[in-house]
Amino acid sequence: MEKKLEVSYISKSFEDHMVLEDISIYLNEGEIVCLLGASGAGKTTLFHIIAGLLCPQNGTVKLSGEDITNAPGKISYMLQKDMLFPYKTVLDNVALPLMLQETGWHQWIGKKKRARAKAASYFGEFGIAGYETKYPAQMSGGMRQRAALLRTYLFSDEVALLDEPFSALDTITKSAMHQWYLQVMEQIRLSTLFVTHDIDEAILLSDRIYILAGNPGKIVKEIIIDKERPRSEEFLLSQEFLSYKRKILQYLK
Amino acid sequence: MKKRFQNITNWIAPCIAVVLLLAVWQIMCLTGALPSYMLPSPVQVVQALMGDFPLLMEHAKATLQEAFLGLFIGIAGGFLLAAMMEQCSILYKALYPILVITQTIPTVAIAPLLVLWMGYGIAPKVTLVVLISFFPVAVGMLDGFREADEDGIRLLRAMGASGWQIFWHVKVPGSLSHFFGGVRLAVSYSMVGAVISEWLGGFSGLGVYMTRVKKSYAYDKMFAVIFLITALSLLLMKCVSLIQYFSMPWAHKNIEGKR
Repeated sequence: MEKKLEVSYISKSFEDHMVLEDISIYLNEGEIVCLLGASGAGKTTLFHIIAGLLCPQNGTVKLSGEDITNAPGKISYMLQKDMLFPYKTVLDNVALPLMLQETGWHQWIGKKKRARAKAASYFGEFGIAGYETKYPAQMSGGMRQRAALLRTYLFSDEVALLDEPFSALDTITKSAMHQWYLQVMEQIRLSTLFVTHDIDEAILLSDRIYILAGNPGKIVKEIIIDKERPRSEEFLLSQEFLSYKRKILQYLK
Repeated sequence: MKKRFQNITNWIAPCIAVVLLLAVWQIMCLTGALPSYMLPSPVQVVQALMGDFPLLMEHAKATLQEAFLGLFIGIAGGFLLAAMMEQCSILYKALYPILVITQTIPTVAIAPLLVLWMGYGIAPKVTLVVLISFFPVAVGMLDGFREADEDGIRLLRAMGASGWQIFWHVKVPGSLSHFFGGVRLAVSYSMVGAVISEWLGGFSGLGVYMTRVKKSYAYDKMFAVIFLITALSLLLMKCVSLIQYFSMPWAHKNIEGKR
């Protein structure tokens, strides 16, 4: 099977300090893969490199076989904060990537209308219908996160990078969001690489987990979660889940 | 309930203070503590204002015209310069210190020069207002651009946005409150600027009226025109606040959907 995203032998240092060493990871079509690691392990740096915002010292990033190292604008990237712009309505926030993609002069007429219409058609599916004309400040954290994910998806339905997508939410909202997320993923089948430091979240959501640890950061282990998606909350209480957790904790020490 | 009460006291307290001040002033004039040819009483000032009202309005129209024209050019120019400086870092480095220095030049000092160069028409007045309003807007916007959200820029870069798109979608809206801050400053200076340049010569305007009544020692009319200028400045500032309120609807909407 052709790999959707292939990151090979990435190394990155800032001045003399090495942050990432020899990172190789991949992502298959429709897969949800998690990058698990403690804060400061270089997760965000790695995401910046994959998104093309930073240039690595070594290594390449390939999207469907095409080299996209240091070329931003190919992979959608959801930052740690939801980054909805406070001065745009939710609809305009979500439609922003569509607006940015049409750059030709001949497309100028009706551009906003087209972008809004397309964006609005997804609001139901993502469970944020009725928020179109609201401003982000009028939404709860969970709703904002849904809008941010929709914006990420509208930018590109190929590969999405999510940087700690649920870390800012409280525990109860978070678990509701996990269920929502798994259900939406069933529908849109977005190939996703996400970062987290929450072990439960990693096991619940992903097909595979890469453990990033050490200084400089290295991939110390790849763990396959062999369990059909979508997974219910019951899975979190099963023996199977605990054995995965035990295994991961070993490598994080 | 408590908040409403607070709102009322917020309004009433300064009103009472103003009324008291006027009352003291009036009493001092009535008792003859101050000779009325030097300090006219508030009632006399109001009478002067009413008596000359049509004439004052005519002059106010001329002053407002100069102020508006100057403000328009100054604000547009300030915005454009700030945009250009933001897009080109060499320009920013070269011009920013000059901008800050020029802000400290006293406008009163250059007004006579402008009159000498441009004559007694509308040109020197408008130019002075342009000079006054240009800098606060430009500097305000530039400071706003500098504070633009790094992550917002990063997000747009990841989406493959061009520099121009980042400017339009992140930097401009992010610096709007700075922009309006600059405009409010520009507006409050603009009336004074127009009046000062009218003192130095001209055919109509509140400044011209002021010099005329000064020559006839009509103190009450002097006070009347000062009151009028203050009132007009306040009105203009209120207009800016209203425009800001309506052009930044997100600033007064929170999670409950009301203020």
